Amino acid sequence: MGMVEKRLSTKTQVILTLIFIVVMALLLWWADKSFDSYKQRVLRLIGIYGIMAVSLNLINGITGIFSLGHAGFILIGAYTAAILTLTPQEKEMSYLFGIQEWVKNLHADFFTATLAAGFVAAGLAFLIGWPVLRLSGDYLAIASLGFAEIARIWANNALTITNGPLGLKAIPEYSTIWWIYGWLLFTVVFIASLVNSSYGRALKAIREDRIAAEAMGINVFKHQLMSFVVGAFFAGVSGSLYAHWLTTIDPRITTMGPMLTFYILIMIVLGGLGSITGSLIGAALFAILFEWLRDLEQPFTFFGIQVPGIPGMRILVISVIFILVMIFWQRGIMGREELTWNNLYRWLFARRKKEGERS
Amino acid sequence: MSEDRIAVLEEKVKKLEEKLERLESEVSKPLLILDHVTMQFGGLIAVNDFTNHVNRGELLGLIGPNGAGKTTVFNVITGIYYPTKGRIIFDGIDITPFKPHQITHLGIARTFQNIRLFYDLSVLENVLVAQHHEISNPDGDKILMMHGKPPKNTKKGWFWRAVSKLGYMWKEKEMVNRAKELIERVGLSHVMYEKASALPYGEQRKLEIARALATKPKLLLLDEPAAGMNPKETEDLMEFIKRVRDEFDVTILLIEHDMKVVMGICERIIVMDYGKIIAEGTPKEIQTNPKVIEAYLGKEWENV
Repeated sequence: MGMVEKRLSTKTQVILTLIFIVVMALLLWWADKSFDSYKQRVLRLIGIYGIMAVSLNLINGITGIFSLGHAGFILIGAYTAAILTLTPQEKEMSYLFGIQEWVKNLHADFFTATLAAGFVAAGLAFLIGWPVLRLSGDYLAIASLGFAEIARIWANNALTITNGPLGLKAIPEYSTIWWIYGWLLFTVVFIASLVNSSYGRALKAIREDRIAAEAMGINVFKHQLMSFVVGAFFAGVSGSLYAHWLTTIDPRITTMGPMLTFYILIMIVLGGLGSITGSLIGAALFAILFEWLRDLEQPFTFFGIQVPGIPGMRILVISVIFILVMIFWQRGIMGREELTWNNLYRWLFARRKKEGERS
Repeated sequence: MSEDRIAVLEEKVKKLEEKLERLESEVSKPLLILDHVTMQFGGLIAVNDFTNHVNRGELLGLIGPNGAGKTTVFNVITGIYYPTKGRIIFDGIDITPFKPHQITHLGIARTFQNIRLFYDLSVLENVLVAQHHEISNPDGDKILMMHGKPPKNTKKGWFWRAVSKLGYMWKEKEMVNRAKELIERVGLSHVMYEKASALPYGEQRKLEIARALATKPKLLLLDEPAAGMNPKETEDLMEFIKRVRDEFDVTILLIEHDMKVVMGICERIIVMDYGKIIAEGTPKEIQTNPKVIEAYLGKEWENV
């Protein structure tokens, strides 16, 4: 319900948020110590998916730009960061088709590389935003999808920069829980702060009715571009984290091609287009389901029936779950609501009040 | 020293006098002038050589049969279309080449024939959106400064302030207070936190006008505000429009099909047909004008 009348004071909310962050940090610290490496990988993936989902949600859900180019920005970020963190010697070893001198000599630490990944992706979004954002609706979707494919095919063919189809291997696994969740926290705080400001209201207004937004004095194109660039920055950051989680990147369709865009799209639609907390829930659900359902691809017994292992079975099951969710929650789990302290309080309070009325 | 000071002061006085003169001449001029405006879509001439003006403080009606080109006139004024020919001068500034967001910043606000609210936002947020241009419209401010007028925003970096929340909250508070005050003045405070889509039709119309007022316009364009309203709602709306004009110190140009509304509140009426002005005058004059009667063929006339 848009903006709700304040029930809790700002001070209480800030304190609750800080407590929440500390509790989450303790939980992560515990997970970092006691989880096995497989569970830790999934936990880190949830964080990376979270950044991807929240940033795409800013573009698609809040501003209403139906962009399908997110994987393009992630890919650019991944390559930028990986090229920066690999040492010149390592690069010389893996580039079989030769390497350009300047690419070879680029080197930076992980944090700088991640920042650079964000800025390169944002710069690219700024450049392609000029033509792409002149379009709207389906046309914009196709154009942005086209851009992402161009980026992927470029990575496949620019042999002396990206090592072409062989990809980059032996990328150091720098993406620890702390880096990933640190960046996730920054992403969520940045985007939530933007959305809860006059600028955020303007973006939502553009989503609701761009002609009316223009008539209210909002420079629609500039605001869309701003949202696109901010979203792309965090996509680039997530690309860097993703590359240092995967440790191997290549320009195949399944790793950083349109498939990834559609996965992120599923997350944000599942969680609720336009809801930041919904995107996080969607990302976590998707990552967990995707790993958990791996068992379906092994041979198993179902009520006494032998089911052979079918590769791709989990995608089928996820699709069914997705369809069911869409039937029962048309606007995703959260809709456009946010899981804020105020809303929690309101829901709890409303329930108690109803019970009181009944008795 | 003192002589220098006198010279400086004299210079200042001279500048002020010049400004006063300019302001006086501006005030005596009409607020909006449409100078031979033509709007052509391929072979169709929607507005043909439209020349007229809107005086300051006036409540002017624009009427005509369906398809006469009234809404096109609105769209040309607000910058949705660039006119094929002619000029539009608003408050001494030639706004013909400007875009909608710039024109709103200069002081023209509008409502739409088919209501265009931000339905998923609350009433308060709808009004707040209309204030956003004050901090994010450098294009509009540039135009204002070029014409020697004060810009609406004098501080820089609102985007980073908004994201970091440093040096921003006072502005947010000020904007919210102003929006709440406006909502109270138009009588919508009981639905302040409701979604716009949850409002009854009459209140949606009211909210659209309130939202337009939040941009602090000098000229308010209302496109068929009484469309789809029952007689009781129409009556309320007429009162409301009159009140808005007086209390908010704004000039109003309105398109309306409901003759009761037009004849009831407008001080002057322009009648259009096939893109041309066919008559102009007070409601009395218009009612007896044979050309107008012919254009309407008595169809709408029976209502009066």
